[in-house]
Amino acid sequence: MDKTPATEPRQSWTFSREVNAEIRRAAATGIYDIRGGGAKRRVPHFDDLLFLGASISRYPLEGYREKCETGVTLGTRYAKNPIELKIPVTIAGMSFGSLSGPAKEALGRGATMAGTSTTTGDGGMTEEERGHSEKLVYQYLPSRYGMNPDDLRRADAIEVVVGQGAKPGGGGMLLGQKITERVAGMRDLPVGIDQRSACRHPDWTGPDDLEIKILELREITGWEKPIYVKIGGARPYYDTALAVKAGADVVVLDGMQGGTAATQDVFIEHVGQPTLACIRPAVKALQDLGMHREVQLVVSGGIRSGADMAKALALGADAVSIGTAALIALGDNDPRYEAEYNALGTTAGAYDDWHEGRDPAGITTQDPELMKRLDPEAAGRRLRNFLNVMTLECQTIARACGKSHVHNLEPEDLCALTMEAAAMAQVPLAGTDWWPGKAQF
Amino acid sequence: MPVLDMLTTELRDVNAALHTAARGQANEAYVIENPRGAHAIAVGLDGPVSVTVKGSTGYYCAGMNKTATVHVQGSVGPGVAENMMSGEVIVDGDASQYAGATGHGGLLNIRGNASSRCGISMKGIDIVVHGSIGHMSAFMAQKGNLVVLGDAGEALGDSLYEARLFVRGTVKSLGADCVEKAMRPEHTALLADLLKRAGADARPEEFRRYGSARQLYHFNIDNADQY
Repeated sequence: MDKTPATEPRQSWTFSREVNAEIRRAAATGIYDIRGGGAKRRVPHFDDLLFLGASISRYPLEGYREKCETGVTLGTRYAKNPIELKIPVTIAGMSFGSLSGPAKEALGRGATMAGTSTTTGDGGMTEEERGHSEKLVYQYLPSRYGMNPDDLRRADAIEVVVGQGAKPGGGGMLLGQKITERVAGMRDLPVGIDQRSACRHPDWTGPDDLEIKILELREITGWEKPIYVKIGGARPYYDTALAVKAGADVVVLDGMQGGTAATQDVFIEHVGQPTLACIRPAVKALQDLGMHREVQLVVSGGIRSGADMAKALALGADAVSIGTAALIALGDNDPRYEAEYNALGTTAGAYDDWHEGRDPAGITTQDPELMKRLDPEAAGRRLRNFLNVMTLECQTIARACGKSHVHNLEPEDLCALTMEAAAMAQVPLAGTDWWPGKAQF
Repeated sequence: MPVLDMLTTELRDVNAALHTAARGQANEAYVIENPRGAHAIAVGLDGPVSVTVKGSTGYYCAGMNKTATVHVQGSVGPGVAENMMSGEVIVDGDASQYAGATGHGGLLNIRGNASSRCGISMKGIDIVVHGSIGHMSAFMAQKGNLVVLGDAGEALGDSLYEARLFVRGTVKSLGADCVEKAMRPEHTALLADLLKRAGADARPEEFRRYGSARQLYHFNIDNADQY
């Protein structure tokens, strides 16, 4: 006899399995979820843009035969010694402490071989990274952990960090598991404590103070070094304009997909704007001030390929910066450690408990045994390869658009696949000559 | 004694001259006249040079000082001796906000009062204030000693790490995780030495010591009310 048809169990979209699991976790532990990385939610991104390529109205350049330049100079506004890079992609700031010493060394090796710069992070400059980075940007952060004038003078550029895409308005976090004796010593902290870095600088607030702070840094270093100002993707038009007003040589703009060593998941997923939404307002601020290409714009947050790089450049950036992608190139979240990721309750590609210091790949850890797993020379070569591939991909696209320098890419080379991306990038929706907000007359 | 007159000498030239003198290791003495509240005077000195500033300065005077001695015969703006590594900075007048912020070493000797956030995030510096200090002083102070001959404002030592605070007068309130602690003989000796170095007219027995209760070193949801 036939059964009465039953109603299929239906999961709620609002109260999904993931949401319910988080409610149960919060109820059991009484603490918010902390993790590393950037926003995991789907937001409009470079995937939502396409290049048009050449056509009758414009001709392409011959791949591999006709030159397509990639060099970029950062810090041309005031610095006596601007930074010249062979490729328009840099390695973003990541701290020793959140990363192991060998990982910092690998980043320096890879960046140097590819002809670009790497960046310190919260916690100061290590010999590993200074020794292996031909061009090293020294971050000047609210915590001032490890900050000293000797390292300031031996840096190639200084980056005043105001904000970070993963957590605009938030400070750093490094939990006790990673505060080893060496990390604690560099930060003047007790070993093993849960370290919270300040969210704003201790000796200045606002753009007028920032201008004086930049003056001080220039006076200390004899006006030799480019001074970058890094902002999170909060109010990109005004933040860029104020950074320029304060005297920045370079603005580094980090969207919400940009990673962090550790912070609250609620911060990562709910504060800040997508990278795609930030670029055009920042470029407009530079254009309105007559400073586009005079003050260079470096964009980061979810850059994964030469296509992403080409799209960011076409929207007006001078260079891009990578963090998470660089870590993956080193070996982070590699499926060959799948069994160990499973033992940690996760899977390769999803591992983000970087703050716990148990990274099977030996990158986001201070555990001496795990650290040994990363060979800095081999990892550095992987990073160099990846940077080279990104550059080749970007050149491939640029040539197809008829550009002899990747900086000649422009918004006119792009179209958007979605209304949201069209609105954010201010390029036409594919098949139209219109984007939301474009004047009709 | 070389004189740098800021009526006729640009800030860049003043600092360049002082940097050259510091590198020369000759322990020369310089005088800066007519500072007129300029910012970033005598910053980044890296060697034995002695600088007397005849007048008041703006922001960040003697910032990141190393080895040198800077004596301001006036008052100073925000961030005097910020991130100082070593040496001595003396202020005859008052200091604005963030005096000695994030300093790693050396002695900051303020003969007048200091405003709010004095010694914020200090990392090993010694600060002696002959007058009183403002609110939120020694916020997140990590290492070093802050000595106050006068009174301290609200929320002294909030979220303190291992810095030691000595106050002779009243404390309006203590910040989160900051508590009064016993003055043991080693603290009395340390304080006596600091008072002597700063030329302060006070006895260690007159002071109370404050430090970290170390209850916020590890995150605990039961402490959430304190944040």
